[in-house]
Amino acid sequence: MKHLIILLAFCFSLLAGCRSAESPIEAPTLTVVTHDSFSVSEGVISKFEQENNVKVIFLKSGDAGVALNKAILTKGNPLGDVFFGVDNTFLSRALEEGIFSPYVSSNLNSVPEAFQLDSTHQVTPVDFGDVCINYDIAWFETRGLNVPWSLENLTYPEYKDLLVVENPAISSPGLAFLLATVAHFGEDGYLDFWRRLKDNGVVLANDWNSAYYTNFSASSGRGSQPMVVSYASSPAAEVIFADPPRKDAPTASITGKDTCFRQIEFAGILKGSQNETLAGKFIDFMLSRSFQEDIPLQMFMYPVYPGAALPAEFTAFAKTAEEPAMMDPETIAKNREKWIRDWTETILK
Amino acid sequence: MNNPEGRGAPEVTGSGSTWKTWGLLALPLFFLVVFFYLPIINTFKFAFTNTSGRPISPIDLAGIWRPLAFTFYQAALSTGLTLVIGIPAALLFSRFFFKGKRILRTLVMVPFILPTVVVAAGFNSLLGPRGWLNLALMSILNLSTPPIDLLYSLAAILIAHVFYNTSVLIRLVGSAWSRLDIQLEQAGRVLGATGWRNFVEVTFPLLRPSILSAILLVFLFDFTSFGVILLLGGPQFATLEVVIYIQSMHLLNFPAAAVLSGVQMICTITIIVLMARLAGNTIVPLAPRLREEGMRAAGSIKEKVFVFGMVCLLFLIFLVPLLALILRSITRLEFDPGQGNAFQTTFTPVYYQELFTNRRGSIFYVPPIEAMRNSLVYAAMAVVISVFLGMLVSIAHSGMNSKSKWSEVLIALPLGTSAVSLGLGLLLLFNGFNWGAALAVMLVPIAHSVVAMPFFIRTVQPALVSIPITFKHSAAVLGASASRIWREITLPILWRPILAGALFAFTISLGEFGATSFLARPEFPTMPIAISRFLTVPGALNYGQAMAMSTLLMLICAVCVFAIDRLE
Repeated sequence: MKHLIILLAFCFSLLAGCRSAESPIEAPTLTVVTHDSFSVSEGVISKFEQENNVKVIFLKSGDAGVALNKAILTKGNPLGDVFFGVDNTFLSRALEEGIFSPYVSSNLNSVPEAFQLDSTHQVTPVDFGDVCINYDIAWFETRGLNVPWSLENLTYPEYKDLLVVENPAISSPGLAFLLATVAHFGEDGYLDFWRRLKDNGVVLANDWNSAYYTNFSASSGRGSQPMVVSYASSPAAEVIFADPPRKDAPTASITGKDTCFRQIEFAGILKGSQNETLAGKFIDFMLSRSFQEDIPLQMFMYPVYPGAALPAEFTAFAKTAEEPAMMDPETIAKNREKWIRDWTETILK
Repeated sequence: MNNPEGRGAPEVTGSGSTWKTWGLLALPLFFLVVFFYLPIINTFKFAFTNTSGRPISPIDLAGIWRPLAFTFYQAALSTGLTLVIGIPAALLFSRFFFKGKRILRTLVMVPFILPTVVVAAGFNSLLGPRGWLNLALMSILNLSTPPIDLLYSLAAILIAHVFYNTSVLIRLVGSAWSRLDIQLEQAGRVLGATGWRNFVEVTFPLLRPSILSAILLVFLFDFTSFGVILLLGGPQFATLEVVIYIQSMHLLNFPAAAVLSGVQMICTITIIVLMARLAGNTIVPLAPRLREEGMRAAGSIKEKVFVFGMVCLLFLIFLVPLLALILRSITRLEFDPGQGNAFQTTFTPVYYQELFTNRRGSIFYVPPIEAMRNSLVYAAMAVVISVFLGMLVSIAHSGMNSKSKWSEVLIALPLGTSAVSLGLGLLLLFNGFNWGAALAVMLVPIAHSVVAMPFFIRTVQPALVSIPITFKHSAAVLGASASRIWREITLPILWRPILAGALFAFTISLGEFGATSFLARPEFPTMPIAISRFLTVPGALNYGQAMAMSTLLMLICAVCVFAIDRLE
């Protein structure tokens, strides 16, 4: 028993030690609830903290769906002041739940109209990314095979067994790709396309992580499929995090018409926040040049502010889609469950 | 064997003891009510009221039945397979001396802490399309495609479950087996029972409580399996847990998720009650034995073959995947694009070096030492909480009639609840309280303890119950006080099971991911969380760092398990 008490005291002192190191002065805090993929540079965030004399705390949990879920379940008694990371596939649902307070950022007029999907201004667009098929450049080159350029191409016999796709019920890129096929083939045609894709040996993984690292041939997992549903920015990440370092990307995205789906991520002030003024300032900050230019290397998404400079790896290797598939958030919110269910019935059973 | 005299149980008779039992149970039950039952009930309430007028999309019976049937099917298969390997393994550890025993004992415990992402990675680096095995076969047989394709199959699920759970059998059944009075087996042999008959009629009935306990834990573990199904099974396979996750976290269909969670909980309760019934009143007193009394080196040819075969099998199952992972963390695999499948491997320390650099200047960068410290501090606190509360429960239960052990159900139920719902429940309930960062940090070890406590109790309780009451009576007659009896009789006998139980709590906490991902503050991530962060971004360095961090987690776990085992 004595040992237990000593152990316990030791643990507390350790924890106390790391806490006191964290916050030397008690500045007011602003809490940002977000998903696991969120990141920001130390320099960028500390500038905001100094200018506003505030300490920013981030709460992260799971992917975009899980994080939003958390925000919905804590409606009225929010976990924080700002929520970042609701995307256009979840947008309508989030607005319906009424978890956000309206706010019009003074920086909003520099954001292109195409990104401003919420006319009620409950949420503000911050970044976007294209979910595209990535391919293993060397694999196609050594075999002298042309890279497919349309969704229809993927059902051709020469591409049999070459594509791995994520489960739209679990993975957000998986859902985005499903939505791209619905947008392109229409509600009556997309399941037919998927049936043909299945006959052509499409491989299904549950999440991005397995699909990319286990199945995809150009990743370090060295899997069997040379094509994977990932992001337009992934080739840039492959260069930045290459080992050994390399000058060119091992992968590239297929960006033909309708082959990519554009995800736009939004931020909003959580209703019930005690810090609405500061929360508004944080939204402005997210649209500021320093944060916008920080986005690509931190989150591997693209800034919505067209004037933000992109890192060299992005301009060289990460091509965004010129004509991505798009769908309005209401249609998605109304049908996502049905489409996922129908897809599951058709493809998995 | 069913001689009622000398049983451990019938100590409780008067109402005074009942009060004592209640007193002991009060704190653990209070803990569970506050940190498990209230959060879960609260989440259920949310699920049904917080739908903002959206029509509840009903989930049809088939939507429940299919995953339910598969859940039972794979759990039964996995448990069966685990028994087939685990029982002989328990025999091996409890009866034989052999070279490398200590290392093997440590090794079999390591999988228990590994987060599923890591197990999936280890599996992939061994058996995957470009795993070592396939690479070797491809170069030996000169094939152009990988010959072994286990990815996304039932076989992969089963192998992973056996990999995870064999340690439960070895620890639980093995520790009971080594405590078994060797004279009973010898008596059987003298009376003419051959090896097998001796096992069936003497050893097995004596081991029954701990075997059933182990089966219960393993079955529930497989029953609520999530990560393994998701990562290794692929989209074709869905357990209830997976469907609950999809419904609640991705379709935001909270009522459906709540109904499914309800079904899962009812199943769990049924299983626990059923197992308690099966266990019945079969507890037989086991006089404490000298530590290595029943141990011997393999003698006959048959025994030698058994020991050699088992050791090889266990090394194959436990060491090889771990080695594959370690190897992967220091190897760079380069494929020559011009050569088809030709590849070259070079050793590199770069992934470990990279762990110490904050390449992107991110505020969420965590040095590996810090992640390690977080993990160890959380684990130590979880051990303290679960050992303390678990001891109270075990003592209370040992004084209770086994038929009235409804509290056993209450305490085991967390095992059948998804880690994600537990994390979410705790977060929602305690979100309203403004109780400072220190206590918010405590939620992580508290969640770990809720899960670890049943493991501790299942390890300690059978041992506690099996102490012959005559020991205590004799001591009392000789004038020993209650506390002295506890100190000088009970504790020395219980020391080993307590250590084994603490070890479970420690490893469960080190490896827990589901609830932690909800509760851990981003500035205090644990090692499993740090690993999963690396795997969300493409790039060889990120993959390599995940492997390196996993290797560190494994090594830390191995060192701790080894040290705790030494205490014995």
